[in-house]
Amino acid sequence: MSQSVKAPKGVRLEHISKIYKDPKTHADFYAVKDCNLDIAPGSFITLLGPSGCGKTTTLRMIAGFESPDEGEIYLADQPINELTPNKRDTAMVFQSYALFPHMNVYDNVAYGLKLRGVPKNVIREKVMNILSLVKLDGMELRMTNQLSGGQQQRVALARALVVEPGVLLFDEPLSNLDAKLRVEMRTEIRRIQQKIGITAIYVTHDQSEAMSLSDQIILMKGGVIAQMGTPEEIYYHPNSEFVADFIGECNFLKGSVISCEDGIAAVNVNGHTVRVSASEGVKAGTEGTIVLRPEAICISDKGDLPCTVELSCFMGSYQNYHVRVGDTLVRIADNCPANKKVFSVGDTAYLSFDPICSHLL
Amino acid sequence: MATANSKRLDRKKFFADPTLIGAIVILVIFLSLFILYPLAMLLVDAVSGSDGVNLSAFGRVWNLYTFRNAFTNTIVLGLIVGFGSVLLGLLFAYVDVYVRLRSRMVRGLFKVVSMLPVVSPPFVLSLSMILLFGRSGLVTRTLLGIRNNNIYGLHGIAIVQILTFFPVCYMMLTGLLKNIDPSLEEASRDMGAGRFKVFTSVTLPLLLPGLGNAFLVTFIESVADFANPMMIGGNYDTLATTIYLQVTGGTYDMPGASAMAVILLMLTLVLFLIQKYYLEKKTAQTLTGKASRARMLIEDKSVRYPLSTLCSLVSIFVVLLYVAVPFGALFKLWGRNYTLVTDHFVNMWKMDGLQAYKDSILLSLIATPITALLSMIISYLVVKKKFKLKGFIEFVSILAMAVPGTVLGIGYIRGYSAGLFHSGVMQGLYGTGTILVIVFIVRSLPTGTRSGISALRQIDKSIEESAYDMGAGSGKVFTSVTLPLIKDSFLSGLVTTFVRSITAISAIILLVTPKYLLITVRINEFAEKGENGIACAYATVLIIITYGVILLLNGILRYFDSDHKQKRLARKFERETKALYKA
Repeated sequence: MSQSVKAPKGVRLEHISKIYKDPKTHADFYAVKDCNLDIAPGSFITLLGPSGCGKTTTLRMIAGFESPDEGEIYLADQPINELTPNKRDTAMVFQSYALFPHMNVYDNVAYGLKLRGVPKNVIREKVMNILSLVKLDGMELRMTNQLSGGQQQRVALARALVVEPGVLLFDEPLSNLDAKLRVEMRTEIRRIQQKIGITAIYVTHDQSEAMSLSDQIILMKGGVIAQMGTPEEIYYHPNSEFVADFIGECNFLKGSVISCEDGIAAVNVNGHTVRVSASEGVKAGTEGTIVLRPEAICISDKGDLPCTVELSCFMGSYQNYHVRVGDTLVRIADNCPANKKVFSVGDTAYLSFDPICSHLL
Repeated sequence: MATANSKRLDRKKFFADPTLIGAIVILVIFLSLFILYPLAMLLVDAVSGSDGVNLSAFGRVWNLYTFRNAFTNTIVLGLIVGFGSVLLGLLFAYVDVYVRLRSRMVRGLFKVVSMLPVVSPPFVLSLSMILLFGRSGLVTRTLLGIRNNNIYGLHGIAIVQILTFFPVCYMMLTGLLKNIDPSLEEASRDMGAGRFKVFTSVTLPLLLPGLGNAFLVTFIESVADFANPMMIGGNYDTLATTIYLQVTGGTYDMPGASAMAVILLMLTLVLFLIQKYYLEKKTAQTLTGKASRARMLIEDKSVRYPLSTLCSLVSIFVVLLYVAVPFGALFKLWGRNYTLVTDHFVNMWKMDGLQAYKDSILLSLIATPITALLSMIISYLVVKKKFKLKGFIEFVSILAMAVPGTVLGIGYIRGYSAGLFHSGVMQGLYGTGTILVIVFIVRSLPTGTRSGISALRQIDKSIEESAYDMGAGSGKVFTSVTLPLIKDSFLSGLVTTFVRSITAISAIILLVTPKYLLITVRINEFAEKGENGIACAYATVLIIITYGVILLLNGILRYFDSDHKQKRLARKFERETKALYKA
């Protein structure tokens, strides 16, 4: 069963900006500012960020619902700024699914094909194929309000896929589902995208969704791209406190660099020396921030950094600690606490970590 | 920093859509020609005499005793009717929302009473008031033996108008009362307030802007009403009837009528603007959102009995008034000879009855689909699209609501009797059935638009966006997604237009030519001549027609109901599958 007849298309954004008026102050502000992106055909990329960061605006500009104020958008190297949404080779999966409530599942999925004047028997074949791809066989005649949230989501996906768009757009499609279904559906989306090999642009504010789905994550803040890279790059080598904090839980320790060799820096934190990985060119004597993931820290009776335990809480798969290092609160997730010493509130303990698992900003 | 580029792109995308542009152009032309232009002509006429631009017409009119008298009369009537309708509406709404009614019949009775005046011709109540309480009234003369009861005049109009307009207040206030969170009143009860104290200290203050809103809506309706003062007013002339007499009476004083019409228009317009842009907002501010849970209904006999008795009495009175109409047509001679005969129906038939029905029904049927479609298109554009003339389209189509029919009628006479701007262009329109159809459309457009707008606001924007995204142009989006989703509003727009058109009189009576016989105009003629039997015969058949149409609509709605529809679709799907396998 080959779904994709057409080749997937690449998307390029060149210096894209969007200006809005603040409804209260009537002042102009950049919702998206000088955004440059080159999305390879067939890749799955995620626009990630807190609400108001410009990710949805960017997606809607690609779909054609909003017009950019600066720059040009290219679809397969063709400028598309002046095309209306119905003339663009994109298909969108909406946050609210946006299924047509007056049509059944079959008619919803067939809608785009009917508009394109596809012969009836071809429509039937394509719709049936796509429905079985999203595992909705036998549901053709259901009205949309007779479907569960997850099923509605699948219909929305099928409706967008069936027209074989050059690019598939997702606008926070899973945010209306419960936690368990969300995990299930994101696996589904990834499976189908891989199977068809379609280009997908996915907007979300959920970092775990972004990490599990994407080839590339584009993290946005205040209309500007904060960092872009593979999930691993962004997780282990964030380029700012914002990125580090947004993508997973994170601790920040201030310190001054003593020396730096072969990508490992010795840093003085509260008079104690710790070793962390750092980029080349970090100079001795500069102040820096160490980024430490809670699960990367080891707490024991011996180590590099002394601390006082302020909270100790059993969470099942890990022991959750809040400890004080100097003035800084550090959160620790200590895995498999059953065979380790468990510290109580008020205890003094020592922290240590592998330089590879930390990162100096 | 400038948004010029995105605006340029948006414009480009906008102009890439010929259907949209076409729809907007047609609407703007239609609204300008048939709402703005006639009103503007009135204003121009009123201020331009033979000696240049001046306000002398206003001065002259103001010095007329008849006008000043009519002006005071209109205001006094409006105030009485406004207060009366709000009080009665509040009573019904309170009983409906707060009091547990044991009998379902009582509830059904209330529903009927609140529906009846909305769907019946505007002067039916006047007619039956005269039958029951007039000089030869069944109640006054036959039952009570009062020989010379005078129902004509202020009290007659006031009673009839209150009974006609209070259902509107009732429906508005019911909606608001349902939105009051019961916890607020329970909190007040809990702190020691009695039921009456709760009502005066919590419910009433919350409802106050809503009451003001309902008051103004009724006030405007009363001021604009033509048929009832005409029929039961006697010597009590209001602005609407005075304007009519100024044109049709011996004087044929058009500039004077125009000046009066402008004053009447200003009056309703100011009230309408206050209502629309101040009170409606205020109402929405104090009562937002939904009640958190169901209200404990009042079971107290001391509350239940007096209130429900009062409501029942009013309801029975209204029903009685309606029952009087068919009997008015069946009794040989009302007041003298109460034998049942069909003479009046036969006479109606002999005196061009068939033509009146044919004309009325035909013209209304032409206006109906046009109005329903236009109002859906307007609401679609207003709610879902962004463009320069949107404000104009929305304002003008809602503005028509504030224009009394009489004013519109005078406007059309001044605007079209000698062609556009007295130039002779489009003069052919005047006196035709087309202009009557246009009046029907303009009179029903605001209601349709309002219901369309509120229906559309409930549809998630992304549903249409997704159709657009799938490749549909805006015409296709409208026909394949928007219209099916607001079909209820569309269908009720059809019925409202039909009912309003076939029962319309105020603007029509000024524009109709002998070529067309319209039912309402005939009823008015016969009632004026004192031939109440034939008037009642007409009214009876008219009521039967309007009810028939409403029943038909309910049938259609049920047919399109999702359950039925699904079964039909399933059958169709099966057929298609079979056909495909054969091929």
